[in-house]
Amino acid sequence: MQKNTPAERLYNGIIAENPTFSLMLGMCPTLAVTTSGINGIGMGLTTTVILTASNMLISILRKVIPDKVRVPAFIVVVASFVTIVQFLLEGFIPSLNAALGIYIPLIVVNCIILGRAESYASKNKVIPSIFDGIGMGLGFTLSITILGLIREFIGAGTLFNVNILGKVGYEPVSIFILAPGAFLVLAFMAAFQNKFKVGAAKRGIDPSNPSCGEGCASCGNIICKGRSGK
Amino acid sequence: MSDLINVSSSPHVKSKVNTSNLMLMVVIALLPATIFGVINFGLHALLIVVVSVIAAVATEWLYNKGMKKTQTIGDYSAVVTGLLLALNMPPAIALWIPALGSVFAILVVKQLFGGLGQNFMNPALAGRCFLMISFAGKMTDFTLPAGASSKVVVDAVTAATPLANLKAGESVDVMSMFVGNIQGTIGETSVIAILIGAAFLLFMKVIDLRIPLTYIGSFTVFAAIYSAATGGFDINYVAAHLCGGGLMLGAWFMATDYVTTPITKKGQLVYGCILGIVTAVFRIFGGSAEGVSYAIIFCNLLIPLIERATIPTALGKGGQKA
Repeated sequence: MQKNTPAERLYNGIIAENPTFSLMLGMCPTLAVTTSGINGIGMGLTTTVILTASNMLISILRKVIPDKVRVPAFIVVVASFVTIVQFLLEGFIPSLNAALGIYIPLIVVNCIILGRAESYASKNKVIPSIFDGIGMGLGFTLSITILGLIREFIGAGTLFNVNILGKVGYEPVSIFILAPGAFLVLAFMAAFQNKFKVGAAKRGIDPSNPSCGEGCASCGNIICKGRSGK
Repeated sequence: MSDLINVSSSPHVKSKVNTSNLMLMVVIALLPATIFGVINFGLHALLIVVVSVIAAVATEWLYNKGMKKTQTIGDYSAVVTGLLLALNMPPAIALWIPALGSVFAILVVKQLFGGLGQNFMNPALAGRCFLMISFAGKMTDFTLPAGASSKVVVDAVTAATPLANLKAGESVDVMSMFVGNIQGTIGETSVIAILIGAAFLLFMKVIDLRIPLTYIGSFTVFAAIYSAATGGFDINYVAAHLCGGGLMLGAWFMATDYVTTPITKKGQLVYGCILGIVTAVFRIFGGSAEGVSYAIIFCNLLIPLIERATIPTALGKGGQKA
């Protein structure tokens, strides 16, 4: 796949460099708000909107922002968008705003957003940066929605608040909607996807993400060839 | 072949002690408490024990089978885990709960971390805490099963354990707590039965006194100070805390688990002291009446730190730094 095209950026964000399971970024909201599928989608989409907008603006301003003060500049941009989105949520979806609570303002310091600004948007053109934001955001949304759904299903017997297991006399294992459940489910999901990636590597498919042109330091892909080369 | 010409590399002197007979001795030592629990609470308690042990062993067998690893159910450690978990169950609980706890204990806490010797906390207690957090209501419901021939008189139908009564400021009968005619989990009620098992383990040199004594000792000191500080020292209060709940079972059988104790002797003393204090703090100031399980798994996590702080200096490495 050709590099830096919109389609490649989407694929990269959702599958190849999924922020939650490959890069292991944004763990605070991943663990804290995924008590249900709805919360997962809400958090994910909120982040996607902010990430796309901030990627776009930072990419536009990339030649204006001096290198030495780039991080404060990024934070100002991200914080502005977070403030706007928070007002919108408060005004139009107050229930979601209440469910996500402090984690909305904390999107300012979400490492996915700063990470994409630093490693992608500040070095690339506007269109790929927008799609990078959309791809990463959707990847994040997808992962934490699945995480939220698993926790909700085991921990409360419901899916998107629709009672499924309760009808057959299922006793919810409520640890899964509490903090320990987040770590358990996340660990199992990461283990399964590693198993899949390592298995693919053994079959001769290269999972080490050849299109990856970024710093290995922030990358969670433990089997990447670029890393062993160092 | 004669022993004389059997040439091999060291070690030449081998002990007969191995994992499986150590674990068997622990099982034997737990039998008095188990039997007492079954007599006290009826046949349902026996069913819980059986289901829990079978679930633990089956999980280990299936995991080893599925992961193509060497089969390890022969070392009886899964039996001990299942048995300990069952002894920590309320006597009337539905059978699937201990089964689920056993699966969690063996699969997640023990095998996924690498099996026996690699588990970072006591599997049985981790399983119990998993169940406590998930099914708080069921796990603290000490009502006797219907139709159980109750040796426990009058108080049998109430759901409160003596520790809960103690926390509520009511008086409790220490003597019946010592014998075990009280409400509680299957294996924790009888101090006598636990001490018989503990004496067996001490006699067979499976465990030593270091951890249990420092644990119980520091707990006693803390409870006594608290009792003295809040309206006069009351020996009855301290004794009730010692005989009540899972303290004895925890101190003799679970805090002494080889895998989850410090390897240094000094570290074991430190570990026991911290355990006692943490347990007392959980019990006296915490939200629930019992705190032994949480205290032990919490202190399990401190072990690497304790070991690092108490590692003995190698011969010749000490002295003044140049």
